[in-house]
Amino acid sequence: MARAVSNRRKLIVTLIAWTIGLAIFFPILWTFLTSFKTEAEAIASPPSLFLFDWTTENYAEVQSRSNYSLHFANSVIISLGSTLLGLLIAIPAAWSMAFVPGKHTKDILMWMLSTKMLPPVGVLIPIYLMFRDTGLLDTRMGLVLVLTLINLPIIVWMLYTYFKEIPVDILEAARMDGATLWSEIIYVLTPMAVPGIASTLLLNVILAWNEAFWTLNLTAAKAAPLTAFIASYSSPEGLFYAKLSAASTMAIAPILILGWFSQKQLVRGLTFGAVK
Amino acid sequence: MATAHSRSAARLMMSPAVILLLGWMIVPLSMTIYFSFLRYNLLSPGTEAWTGFDNYRYFLTDPAFFDALGNTLVLVLGVLVITVIGGILLGLLLDQPFFGQGIVRILVIAPFFVMPTVSALVWKNMFMNPVNGLFAYLATAVGLEPFDFLSHAPLASIILIVSWQWLPFATLILLTALQSLDQEQLEAAEMDGAGPVNRFTFIMLPHLGRAITVVILIQTIFLLSVFAEILVTTNGGPGTATTNLTYLVYVQSLLQFDVGGGSAGGIVAVILANIVAIFLMRMIGKNLDA
Repeated sequence: MARAVSNRRKLIVTLIAWTIGLAIFFPILWTFLTSFKTEAEAIASPPSLFLFDWTTENYAEVQSRSNYSLHFANSVIISLGSTLLGLLIAIPAAWSMAFVPGKHTKDILMWMLSTKMLPPVGVLIPIYLMFRDTGLLDTRMGLVLVLTLINLPIIVWMLYTYFKEIPVDILEAARMDGATLWSEIIYVLTPMAVPGIASTLLLNVILAWNEAFWTLNLTAAKAAPLTAFIASYSSPEGLFYAKLSAASTMAIAPILILGWFSQKQLVRGLTFGAVK
Repeated sequence: MATAHSRSAARLMMSPAVILLLGWMIVPLSMTIYFSFLRYNLLSPGTEAWTGFDNYRYFLTDPAFFDALGNTLVLVLGVLVITVIGGILLGLLLDQPFFGQGIVRILVIAPFFVMPTVSALVWKNMFMNPVNGLFAYLATAVGLEPFDFLSHAPLASIILIVSWQWLPFATLILLTALQSLDQEQLEAAEMDGAGPVNRFTFIMLPHLGRAITVVILIQTIFLLSVFAEILVTTNGGPGTATTNLTYLVYVQSLLQFDVGGGSAGGIVAVILANIVAIFLMRMIGKNLDA
């Protein structure tokens, strides 16, 4: 039985919801708009929302002054690299936990989760010193390794909750029909697992892209991803609002778009399956 | 139907993940514990010496530690109160039928995807700056003195920035939980004469209880480690006004090069986080049986 909702009420809710939604989104919109202003217009009083001379010079300026594309590439390589490496390690693990659970599977899962609760400052110094001594400081390789490890528990957990939903009956039917372990994995399991793996990949790229503890502490000029590059605007010279906005817009746009596609997975991944 | 063969195969498939995480957990953590008992400064290498609990004594009696502990608590609790209450209200609102539901939902969750350094710098400069910020303009427009947020209310400003980042997370999870509520139960209650307040208190809130707990616990884990937002806005200041435990350990170890003291601080942070973690693990563990 659908609840009868008066149109009047629906209109009022629409008005309130849109007002709040736009207010929450406003800082992002404002950053986007400011990125197309000149520096003078960016601090003009009164500020103008849309009526200004739109320019793209900030985008060119940010690139020419600071080699923006290098940092963008670092972000892409580090977030994708750590996610793919994580998936490579986690898929077999999650697979075996979901389909061949042993006595200790649950304990292992809980323990993996507990590693995620280790505050990063608890291991900051040893990691920093190890990186310094092995030459991994300010390298993409080093960050890929660290981010793989910190996101590995989330990857295993997300995959596990997805794999759990694949009905075991189908596997048994395939086995009855004489499927070998390999053909079972390739033809039966993989097609059903792909959506789960894709969502896991998406969420972890987002998390790695925005990670801002290790990226800030373990990189300098060479391997700095966008999180660390943007941080350099905390001590700027001269007017910089428009350039900060341009750099920020480029840094958040790709992940904002990915994020909107992964709303549902976000809930599941970040609550370790506790809320679906 | 697991055979002995498939069991050993399973163990083999699991081992890389287990071994890596075990190494990640044990090796650096035991090094931190070891360092925390040493007098060890990176500026004077070769003078490391065993000092027992001295580092802990210094760290735990340092006034900066109590400031940092207090700031950490205020930051975590402040953000939790704002995001949980805000999240419930927003969840209730977005659960109603209205035009453009999908779009508003997208607008509301957007801040969660903004990297911490961007959101902190955008808020600091373009909104909270006392000269050029939008808030300063709005204040003068209505005849008020512009307020210098990050100097006069630094911790509250950081709470605002971090809340803006986490409100979407709370909203999304609470909305998801609300949508799984049985509509017939609500209608039955309505027919029995329960008003909106009673329906919320006796049906929705108990149903949300679990999701609220999850939001609180998961956010606490992340909020205990807020770092980038502080680094790019206030550098922990003025004084120690916005220094939380994470930032204090960072200052001690990577800015003052005091490895021993920083390690002791790190271990204190680990212990505090573990207390929270125990509750979270129980919650999620229960769900695993269900």
